[in-house]
Amino acid sequence: MEQNNRKGWLYLLPAMVFLGVFMVYPLIDVLVYSFEEGYNFASQTYYGTGTYNYAYVLRDPYFLQALKNTFILVAITVPLSTGIALLISVALSSIKKLRELYQTVFFLPYVTNTLAVGLVFMILFKQTPYTDGLANLILGWFGISPIDFIDGPYWAKMFVLCFYTIWVVMPFKVLILTSALASVKQDYYNAAMVDGTPRFRMFTRITLPMISPTLFYLIITGFIGAFKAYSDAVALFGTNLNAAEMNTIVGYIYDMLYGNSGGYPSYAAAAAIILFAIVLTITCINLLVSKKHVHYA
Amino acid sequence: MNVTLQNLTKTFPGRGKQKNNDVIAVNDFTFEIPDGKLVGLLGPSGCGKSTMLNLLSGLLTPTAGKIFFGEEEVTNQPPQNRGVGLVFQNYALYPHLTVMQNITFPLENLKGKDKLTKAQMREKALEAARLVQIDQLMDRKPSELSGGQQQRVAIARALVKMPRILLLDEPLSNLDARLRLQTREEIRRIQTQTGITTVFVTHDQEEAMSICDMIVVMRDGILQQIGQPQQVYDDPENLFVAKFLGTPPINTFDARVEAGKLYIGEEAVLELPDAETGPVIAAIRPEGFVPSPLGSFTCQLQRIEVMGRDTSVVCSHPAFTGETFRAIIDSDEICQISAEARFSLKENKVYLFRPDTGDRIRF
Repeated sequence: MEQNNRKGWLYLLPAMVFLGVFMVYPLIDVLVYSFEEGYNFASQTYYGTGTYNYAYVLRDPYFLQALKNTFILVAITVPLSTGIALLISVALSSIKKLRELYQTVFFLPYVTNTLAVGLVFMILFKQTPYTDGLANLILGWFGISPIDFIDGPYWAKMFVLCFYTIWVVMPFKVLILTSALASVKQDYYNAAMVDGTPRFRMFTRITLPMISPTLFYLIITGFIGAFKAYSDAVALFGTNLNAAEMNTIVGYIYDMLYGNSGGYPSYAAAAAIILFAIVLTITCINLLVSKKHVHYA
Repeated sequence: MNVTLQNLTKTFPGRGKQKNNDVIAVNDFTFEIPDGKLVGLLGPSGCGKSTMLNLLSGLLTPTAGKIFFGEEEVTNQPPQNRGVGLVFQNYALYPHLTVMQNITFPLENLKGKDKLTKAQMREKALEAARLVQIDQLMDRKPSELSGGQQQRVAIARALVKMPRILLLDEPLSNLDARLRLQTREEIRRIQTQTGITTVFVTHDQEEAMSICDMIVVMRDGILQQIGQPQQVYDDPENLFVAKFLGTPPINTFDARVEAGKLYIGEEAVLELPDAETGPVIAAIRPEGFVPSPLGSFTCQLQRIEVMGRDTSVVCSHPAFTGETFRAIIDSDEICQISAEARFSLKENKVYLFRPDTGDRIRF
């Protein structure tokens, strides 16, 4: 027994060493940094310990802006992207002709280069001396005067960011949901049909509960992904996100570590811990809600 | 509610290489199911039984022909308008709903004047559950039930809306042998108690014979014979029906009729004064053999299998179409059997069929 135990630990060792060095240690280190005031990378020194870093970050207008942006982004993109993905998948699974073609089309953004996507959005939204962009062209047909989506008002920029985020996360969700829908046995629908169940009720009482584990997975990963948003904002608005009022929490952390104002690892650590606390809370709430509404077969 | 089928046909388009060959799953069925009877659709796998059931439920629409429930034509009615209860082979219970919710599910769809209150639904569900004796399990999920219990829930769900016709698709195939025996009696009891016309599909002839008022034997989408189980067993119209019914199966021999006598091998085993001369297939039920020292039918004894109530004598004969055949005899008669077993034959257990078509030759 004793021998077996030792062997078991030996087998686990490689994984544990890697996880320990690259995951557990940095996590603890971040927690430690967040309580060390004015930590300096070069000299490896700090003034003292306490909660000052948190107090600073929570009062920093840039952080508050980033917090607000992130929450808006999460609140808009997670429900919308999941909902639209569900609609598309249901539509996809109810057609027979050209289904594979549509599936490919919807999956294309997933395998498309980010730079190419950025270019497409530029054509769509960017104002240049020569054109107002495709979006403004369409708005013009309805008699709406051109809006600068990239350097203009806050809501316009936020709209583009949300639009972009939804568009980028959509293919993966559609893919996962289509396969989840396909795995619901036809017998359930036949049984419901014989009992005269209206289509909508079939969807809410059979389809939704049956795919609820998948849906729940997408919502949780969607929340976490949206809270960690950063690169999308950079792709659209450039690296000076604070100036554009489009920074996100991760963007703020990055700026604090390396950005123009850089060199404040303690503040970055505190912001990271705050983000961690937020994500943890939201995920816990999700799990609690799911207990009632998610049905594992 | 009696059910009438008129020239009912269903074809499925062929696939791949046989693009032009449509598959005829149900071919020109015309028969009537009398009100309040339990009818078994019987046939080997792939003979179109389930297609037949789906046509009755409305999940499939026929290629040609008509279906009547009573006086009302339902041929092109969608399933929800037909008032049928369907029990699926794998039960198709909604796994996320409790037994109670599963049973009330069909009731929640009722609209207009049929709409029920929550309390009424519960009461009806309990009533159906009591009928199939699962009223103790109402709060469980299907995954917490045994196969037999799930089956009862499925029946209760089909019965709760008081269907005009109850359809059961291979209802016993997922149960173990003992439970199967018990459940088939249960189905008979429920059917008698409710008086609902019931059609049930099975490939197991014993199942169908034991509980049905009427059996419909199918093969490759073609109706073979309809009748009361005993009648079909005693008077099969062709070789297929004779072979399909009965365990152990009927024994077939290459035989011939010559000068008013039936010859199996070199022996004349039966006097058939009116039969036409020529080669025939002689099919003899296992219980058609009577051991007798002076019997006209001689064969080689292979072994004896004791089953308690009666005894199965396994023999071989050069004219038999397979390896060995079985005769079922009374356990008391076992002493009559020696290495060269001699039997006389019961005339009413011997059937003759044409070797080419398999049609019955009456004598």
